[in-house]
Amino acid sequence: MSYSAPKFKEKYGNFINGKFQDPIDGEYFENHSPVNNKLLAKYPRSNEKDVKSAIEAANNAKHEWGNTSAAERAAILHKIADVIQDNLETFAQMETADNGKSIRETMNADVPLAVDHFRYFASAIRAEEGSATELNENTLSLIINEPLGVVAQIIPWNFPLLMLAWKVAPALASGNCVVLKPAEQTPASATFLAEKIADLLPPGVFNVIHGFGPEAGKPLASSPNVDKVAFTGETTTGQLIMQYASKNLHPVTMELGGKSPNVFFNSIMDHDDAFLDKCIEGAVLFAFNQGEVCTAPSRILIQEDIYDEFIKRVIERTNAIKMGNPFEESTMMGAQASSDQHQKILEYIKIGKDEGAEVLAGGDSAKLDGDLANGFYIQPTILKGHNKMRVFQEEIFGPVVAVCTFKDEAEAIEIANDTMYGLGAGVWTRDAHQLYQIPRAIKAGRVWVNCYHDYPAHAPFGGYKKSGFGRENHLMMLNHYRQSKNMLISYDKNKLGFF
Amino acid sequence: MEFKRVEITPEAEKLLQELKQQHGEVIFHQSGGCCDGSSPMLLPKEDFYIDENDILMGEVGGVKFYMSHDQFEYWKHTHLTVDIIKGRGGSFSLDIPTGYRFIIKSRMLTDEENKTLNP
Repeated sequence: MSYSAPKFKEKYGNFINGKFQDPIDGEYFENHSPVNNKLLAKYPRSNEKDVKSAIEAANNAKHEWGNTSAAERAAILHKIADVIQDNLETFAQMETADNGKSIRETMNADVPLAVDHFRYFASAIRAEEGSATELNENTLSLIINEPLGVVAQIIPWNFPLLMLAWKVAPALASGNCVVLKPAEQTPASATFLAEKIADLLPPGVFNVIHGFGPEAGKPLASSPNVDKVAFTGETTTGQLIMQYASKNLHPVTMELGGKSPNVFFNSIMDHDDAFLDKCIEGAVLFAFNQGEVCTAPSRILIQEDIYDEFIKRVIERTNAIKMGNPFEESTMMGAQASSDQHQKILEYIKIGKDEGAEVLAGGDSAKLDGDLANGFYIQPTILKGHNKMRVFQEEIFGPVVAVCTFKDEAEAIEIANDTMYGLGAGVWTRDAHQLYQIPRAIKAGRVWVNCYHDYPAHAPFGGYKKSGFGRENHLMMLNHYRQSKNMLISYDKNKLGFF
Repeated sequence: MEFKRVEITPEAEKLLQELKQQHGEVIFHQSGGCCDGSSPMLLPKEDFYIDENDILMGEVGGVKFYMSHDQFEYWKHTHLTVDIIKGRGGSFSLDIPTGYRFIIKSRMLTDEENKTLNP
């Protein structure tokens, strides 16, 4: 089955105070599709004036919204989930047009997961509660959760709607107002969502600002009138945002990427069965979403005594990846998100070769025919080398995986941890001891054990080391968007006796 | 002979000089991590806190080029050229609104360069 890009208007506004507004200085930027490099629509090139107006709207709305009952907020979040569910196909087509990823991923992963995240947090706030502790017979400690107020959220282009859901759902659920800046490469789904939910939320609770990082992102991240900044992106901008936050003494959450090891122990080859088949797929998941995933399993570590046999099957499976029009349901891998991304990936493949890495699969851009000839496609690529090479240490953010071998458990752990990052990791084994001990020894926030790239709303996600801090998803996320108010109450009629 | 770790193409230098005119003193900081990472970020000089954890790789077009020291460990055997490409990156880098993006092209240092730069 084949899909196509949905119809876009010529241009869109920022969503501020419950309605779409033209940028104050009247400037727009063009958004092109990476599928074929054609113009999709124009979006506001906002500056600090627009950002200020969105932050003001959010501040005006925060008192009332922060005092709504959990039941009311949950009902609204469920309605937002319904809106996304009811428009699943449109959202999926929009994500494919805007980002270039294959329609089978947007239909089956991006959009359904976004729905589930809103449902999860809608439910979570009904089931959780503060606490009351009797500290002694006359003293009671009450812990009441209070929203922070206004949260600034800057999200990336690799999963535009899902990253929105990860950040917006828990922030709204815990009673905050949001000013969201989608990535300039992928402004469509946030805009479409705002259009669809405009009547569900009071004005000012959810605001969307478009524009470029230095012009719109910076005034948002550095504003003293927001109460928190949540950011997903790269390390230098992360560091900048923390500097701004230090001036304002604002809390921040950072998700800054990784170079995740995917470790395969020899026991996986003990049988040629369904599990081995799963392991092979697990290695090839480096190509999921064209490799544009912060947790992409971009380093494969294989125990040396099974290397030859295992890598042969991984190469076969990689070469069987069907590239093509991202709107075709049978296409497994679509386009990279932008021309600069495409060029950067090719540069990495080149430096990998220069450093002496052996190309086991792919190794070049992919030339597609017709309309797609102007899109940004890369062959899924496997490079064999050692862990000190740059292609083993830097986030390529493309369908390029670096493979090396290890002797034993100790060496596997050493190589896995020899990285600046610590976001994700994969461990594959049939050995009951390794199943627990190896994940515990790997310094990463999420270790997938005999699986990879699963992102349920109910499991916390976040980084160690330079991958950032703070967590996303899971109930614990609510506390990243809340204050804990402690009321310490004395029921003792007698004074202390000091004065 | 003097060797350099980082150089710049004429096209990139032209854009750099335009941005300097517009924004005053600027620096490059090589970013890591996801999305638009692994790219050089051009930032206003006062904006970004530089300390001993950043390595000064050199100067291109009168602009200092820095990289964090842990990243440098893996990059020091390579020569970098700052170039531009038409495209729309994310991040807070000052080139973003121009419709061009600074990118890094790398090659291995020659033996001679390596001996001088990484004694």
